[in-house]
Amino acid sequence: MSNVGIVIVSHSPDVAKGAADMVRQMVGRGVPLAWTGGNPEGGLGTSVEGILAAIDSAWSDAGVAILVDLGGAETNSEMAIEMLPAEQQRKVVICDAPVVEGAVMAATEAWGGSDLATVKRTAEELNREPD
Amino acid sequence: MQMLMNPVDARPLIESAARRVIAHAEELTRLDQAIGDGDHGLNMKRGFEAVLNELDSLDGDDTGALLIAVGKTLVMKIGGASGPLYGTLFMQLGKSWPNEPSAIGLHACVDAAVQAVAARGKSQPGQKTMLDVWVPVNALIAQGANCGAIRAKAAASAQATIPMEALRGRASFLKERSIGHMDPGARSSQLIIEAVCDVLEESE
Repeated sequence: MSNVGIVIVSHSPDVAKGAADMVRQMVGRGVPLAWTGGNPEGGLGTSVEGILAAIDSAWSDAGVAILVDLGGAETNSEMAIEMLPAEQQRKVVICDAPVVEGAVMAATEAWGGSDLATVKRTAEELNREPD
Repeated sequence: MQMLMNPVDARPLIESAARRVIAHAEELTRLDQAIGDGDHGLNMKRGFEAVLNELDSLDGDDTGALLIAVGKTLVMKIGGASGPLYGTLFMQLGKSWPNEPSAIGLHACVDAAVQAVAARGKSQPGQKTMLDVWVPVNALIAQGANCGAIRAKAAASAQATIPMEALRGRASFLKERSIGHMDPGARSSQLIIEAVCDVLEESE
């Protein structure tokens, strides 16, 4: 599939899965999608291992956009990206956007065939102050 | 720190640090419950238990490679923001470990590690984080200070985070209500530094 992939990272597996359900409702199987949430013991948290697996699962040659909730999700995602092979690193971005709304917006943009930078920008428009 | 100037098997130092963190897991959790999400103790315990489990199988002769391996385990097992932060600390210590240990070489090595943690956490000293312990401790290392002085500085630096307002991490959501509590990451950093000093002093 050539559409940009979407990865959802939340401290809560329920939130991550729920956000992914909302994305699926919008775009069906039109974009590669994966979610991860919870620490290695199944409690609330995020793990580099889980994020790497999700990136792999949602991989697309067009790249992968990651949506995160709170601090640790972002820090762990940055760490995960650095652990990827160099040629993959360039194709993975973290969107500075609310996780649920951002995931739905990003996926909808990706579904239309937009490139990675456009997908990221569209998700991040949610953060712009209204004019 | 004299001991570190000679080739040394770092495994007893790492084991001491791991056991100290694990023994204080409940205290770290209590500190984190006050101003964070309350997972620091459990997360650190999980990570350092994994380190203990693999320590015997690691090569003690190559300190740099040993520290990198420990850092990778911490990244994978701690979870939460502490995983990448402590993982980065140990991995960068390993990458920058001096071939010919000296006070200046060790200072440069710790300096690189502290800079890497600051970059990872997008943080700087004064924001109520682990950096508030590591930065002043590293300044002492540069002067060739002994373990007693370093232990005292680590303790005083962790205490000094109590009146600070948190500007990074979950605690920053509390704004001025984060004042009056010790930062859990500063406390776990103090514990690690103390545990390493204890082993170094025993062998002096």
